[in-house]
Amino acid sequence: MSPISRGFHRRRAPEGEAGRLPPGQYLTEGFPVLSAGPTPHTPLANWTFSITRSGETKGSWTWQELQALPAETVTVDIHCVTRWSKFDTGWRGVSVDTLLDRVEHDGSYVMAFCDGGYTTNLPLEDVTGGKAWVAFDYDGKALAPEHGGPARLLVPHLYFWKSAKWVRGLDLRDRDAPGFWETYGYHMYGDPWREQRYAGD
Amino acid sequence: MEPLDGNAIGGLLIDVFGAEMTGVVGTCGYCGDTGPVAGLVVYRQAPGTVARCRVCGNIVMVFVKVRGTTCVDLMGMASLGQPGAA
Amino acid sequence: MAGTAVRGRLTWQVATVAGLTRETPSVCTIELEPPDWAGHRAGQHLDVRLTAEDGYRAERSYSIASAPGERLSITVERLDDGEVSPYLTDELQVGDELELRGPIGGYFVWEPGDGSPLMLLAGGSGVVPLRCILRERVRTGSDVPARLLYSARTLPDVIYRGELGQHHDGVEVSYTLTRDHPPGWTGHTGRINADLLADTAWPAAANPVAYVCGPTSFVETAAAALVGLGYPPERVKTERFGATGGP
Repeated sequence: MSPISRGFHRRRAPEGEAGRLPPGQYLTEGFPVLSAGPTPHTPLANWTFSITRSGETKGSWTWQELQALPAETVTVDIHCVTRWSKFDTGWRGVSVDTLLDRVEHDGSYVMAFCDGGYTTNLPLEDVTGGKAWVAFDYDGKALAPEHGGPARLLVPHLYFWKSAKWVRGLDLRDRDAPGFWETYGYHMYGDPWREQRYAGD
Repeated sequence: MEPLDGNAIGGLLIDVFGAEMTGVVGTCGYCGDTGPVAGLVVYRQAPGTVARCRVCGNIVMVFVKVRGTTCVDLMGMASLGQPGAA
Repeated sequence: MAGTAVRGRLTWQVATVAGLTRETPSVCTIELEPPDWAGHRAGQHLDVRLTAEDGYRAERSYSIASAPGERLSITVERLDDGEVSPYLTDELQVGDELELRGPIGGYFVWEPGDGSPLMLLAGGSGVVPLRCILRERVRTGSDVPARLLYSARTLPDVIYRGELGQHHDGVEVSYTLTRDHPPGWTGHTGRINADLLADTAWPAAANPVAYVCGPTSFVETAAAALVGLGYPPERVKTERFGATGGP
């Protein structure tokens, strides 16, 4: 039984609005950088975002092509499985709907794949219907490399490990398969409101 | 946040292996580099702890703690010497 | 050591804070009284765990500053955006309890029986385990020649300055100040690099063993420079702290 460390508390942050903070989370003012590897640096001239299916590329956009697509500015709350949450974060990006609308696609799941080899799985319906973006601006400026720049997936209704940094595409699947962290025991879906941090939650 | 090295996971390794492991020599399964576990590049600011080969950067160890149990993946290591051999 | 659990080494125990010494404006040495300490080797560290009233826990590792046999102590640098270090350096009081486990570490250790000349390179709070090594060297009456090159931002940031100034007998201590230095400063300035080490490090022919500790970028530069001077990589032991000087 650990003794309480007199006077110790988490980093202080302003009180959140009731009901806006998912269970087990605390509010942060900073924007912690979580990483499992070195920051990749792909030159924009070489950067592409692709939608793939069974080894075939269904659609692909260069950086210029992505920038030419209609983009949206959104303000969302984000929730990390390591228990920090941040309210009212501002992003700009292309909705995944915009990308999928331009390719023939089927399948029920996607696996996001990224520079550095990171992957994470999501149901197709959780990256469509206005729920997900390929985001390239944060807080009015180009997304910094340590936060996933030039572009990351943004899926704010799920734990933030699903918002894959350095995203390079989505692979369409028929079945749900675990991505990197999911393979080690993190939840396949990751709903912060049902506190789905680990498999079995 | 700069990465640390294998010294930083000394306690975690004792939890997992029951022995002091930082001086143990491992071999990277990707590039064959050998060296003490203390020399691995360690990232701890993540949903789990990841150790990478200093030479080729591939992941050689992953530790994820789920409800008090640590899941250990050493598939990136070709071999890991005997604890206490250092 | 075979893979058997050693009581007191692998388990958490609750230590009482027995003393606090402010070393510099942002660095504090904490003396601890654990109920069941099995001793340690110079260079090892211990893990500290704090628990808030709401159950929130944070864990950090700190190098042991005291030599084996002395009262156990750690030296902590306050990181501006740190969660644990400001508590340890600014809030902790004598009589408080601190959960710890250790000692931990089998690689970054120095044994007095090792007769090799010692080359110690410290970046900021990386000096802590190296000071422990020097104290162990004195405590055991070892006469191996030792050199410490200590890189700090400014002279007031130098930890253990009085103690390090007292070494004679085969220990040479030199400093390099990277951000600012006092008028008339005769020590080195600027970050450690290959040129500075070519001037100050033991030559490789002396078969020295090196211990390099500090922020990751410091360790990378300093260790690479020693290897460039001919030190075999296995003779350059490294311990990297986080970017701002502590894990």
